[in-house]
Amino acid sequence: MSKAHTLALFNDFEAAGRALQELKASNLPGFRMEDVLIKSPIEHPELSEMLGSRPVYVQLYTMAGAVLGSTIGFTLIASAQANFLQQIRGGRPIVPIPPDMVLTYELFILIGVLMTVVGCFIAWKLPGNRSPLYNTRISEDKIGILVKADPLVIPKVNGIFERHQPLEIMGEQGR
Amino acid sequence: MIQATDEKDIEIERRFVPKAKDINDEIAWAQINKDVLRSMERPRLMYWVIFLASLALFGFGVYCEIYQYQNGMGAADLNNPQVWGWYIATFIFWIGMSHSGTLLSAILHIMHADWRKPIYRFAEAMTTFSLMTAGLFVLVHLGRVWEFYYVVAYPNERWAWPNFNSPLVWDATAIGTYLTSSIVFLYFGMIPDLAICRDNAKGVRKKFYWLLSLGWQGTDRQWANFRVAYLTVACFLIPLAVSVHSIVATDFAVSQQPGWHITSFPPYFVAGALYSGCAAIITLFIVLRYVFRFEEYMTMPILDKTCRLTFAIAMVWTYLNLVEYASVWYGDDPVAKQTLLFRATGDYATYWWAMNFLGSVVPFALAFKSLRNNIPVMLVVSLLLNLGMWLERFMIVTPTFAHGYYPWTWTDHWMPNWVQYGIVAGSFGWFSMLFMLFCKIFPTVSMYEVKEMVYHRFVARKARA
Repeated sequence: MSKAHTLALFNDFEAAGRALQELKASNLPGFRMEDVLIKSPIEHPELSEMLGSRPVYVQLYTMAGAVLGSTIGFTLIASAQANFLQQIRGGRPIVPIPPDMVLTYELFILIGVLMTVVGCFIAWKLPGNRSPLYNTRISEDKIGILVKADPLVIPKVNGIFERHQPLEIMGEQGR
Repeated sequence: MIQATDEKDIEIERRFVPKAKDINDEIAWAQINKDVLRSMERPRLMYWVIFLASLALFGFGVYCEIYQYQNGMGAADLNNPQVWGWYIATFIFWIGMSHSGTLLSAILHIMHADWRKPIYRFAEAMTTFSLMTAGLFVLVHLGRVWEFYYVVAYPNERWAWPNFNSPLVWDATAIGTYLTSSIVFLYFGMIPDLAICRDNAKGVRKKFYWLLSLGWQGTDRQWANFRVAYLTVACFLIPLAVSVHSIVATDFAVSQQPGWHITSFPPYFVAGALYSGCAAIITLFIVLRYVFRFEEYMTMPILDKTCRLTFAIAMVWTYLNLVEYASVWYGDDPVAKQTLLFRATGDYATYWWAMNFLGSVVPFALAFKSLRNNIPVMLVVSLLLNLGMWLERFMIVTPTFAHGYYPWTWTDHWMPNWVQYGIVAGSFGWFSMLFMLFCKIFPTVSMYEVKEMVYHRFVARKARA
């Protein structure tokens, strides 16, 4: 079934918080809290907590990057030194561990950093997947609540929003 | 009883620890956007004066580099034993400058020092451009610049025998990693602000910011992931920054030159890096505050805190400097001791004493509140501190080469010629030009972090009331 979106803009976090609480308590059919998004100019963890648990998986990418970075780093450097098997180096080790550790360390950090950022982009689903309703005043000083729900429920959701003095309610049929 | 003690403590705090506001916490969020965006549109006339002067300086540096490239390193008066000249001294100076961005962004971020918020962005930009400038000196000091890749840890299929045991190879890898990570950190932390620029720009600029902001809408999911990723990258950057300058120090410490073979060189270099970087932050703080009319954001209490931090680091550097002298003086290398005496009493004595005075005595100006609150004095002091830190690098490189183990290589009176002066001056032009361009195109004050700062203070004030 196709879903519709509605975005309400609020002047402050308190009003947005009250609207969210009422939405949560409403138990409207065809509406789930998982389909609610807060859009704000700064992070507001207390408001986000009302939406329920939304785990962050960026650390997994960091972990993968750190492991990959050290493994690939050491392997690449050691394999670059492999021709010392034939090119005699006067009895010195073919793969010298202490200096290779320095280079491995740098690659561990480099890949760790890159994978962390890539992981974050993946979590954002950017740049491809953007939520359909946006107002430029959100990046300024307003708080937006975006709801995706059955088209039949949208008027009821808007009714809840209107009880908390929104500055504006934007709607769009879609998806 | 407990309550009475608490009230007494609060009273003592009120009397003896007056809390100056870092920022006006009643400023409206919309005003923050407006002020920062306006600064990008209409800076003071001084902006163009600095930009054009930097461009001219950079142009002269390019001319000198072309001259050196066409005529060989001898044209820059480089010959044995003075093979590095001012280039490597300036390279260390620029690498050092880059550390302050990491200090302000990463270390203070982890420590939740929120006074850093209005000023960390330009410190991060300074890190990136300092590293780019430092990287140029690696190329400039090479006789055969087209063979620069010999310092990179690349596969050895041509049997050219790159020396993986050399700190120079580690150096190239560490600087490459630091530069990449710094650019990523700078860009990543700027995404919410780029979205603000996108929402307010028109025409080509709007497209540019649209592309860079990657569709940021400030959703709760985006913020949550952003916070974790930003903190994680900050955690990676701290050991990376320490490793970069330790490795630069290792270039010297593992060599056979007298006076360089000292265990304390890596921490000494790292402290020097933080010191010169903080001094540069004070300089740029004052310049940006005036040029972009940031008096509301780059406030005197924040300058005061930055100065105090610089003073603390200056004292650490002074201590490590004394440790370096003591290690040589009480060590078992008479030639190293002779080199130290040569620095203090020989042809370069003026510079050595100037370095010690500027690096260890001048920072005491930062200990006085009346001086810390005087912007022209702080501008002069910060420039003097950086001059002192540049002289420190000069004193590490030139006198050591001038007075090594073999008396027949002594070149006591050596000073560079105009080509080196031009290239070193050009590097300052290159850095300033890039930095000023950055400030015109990107928001130098982090709008979303300043909003957070204002919001948290507002909430705290409300709770107290």
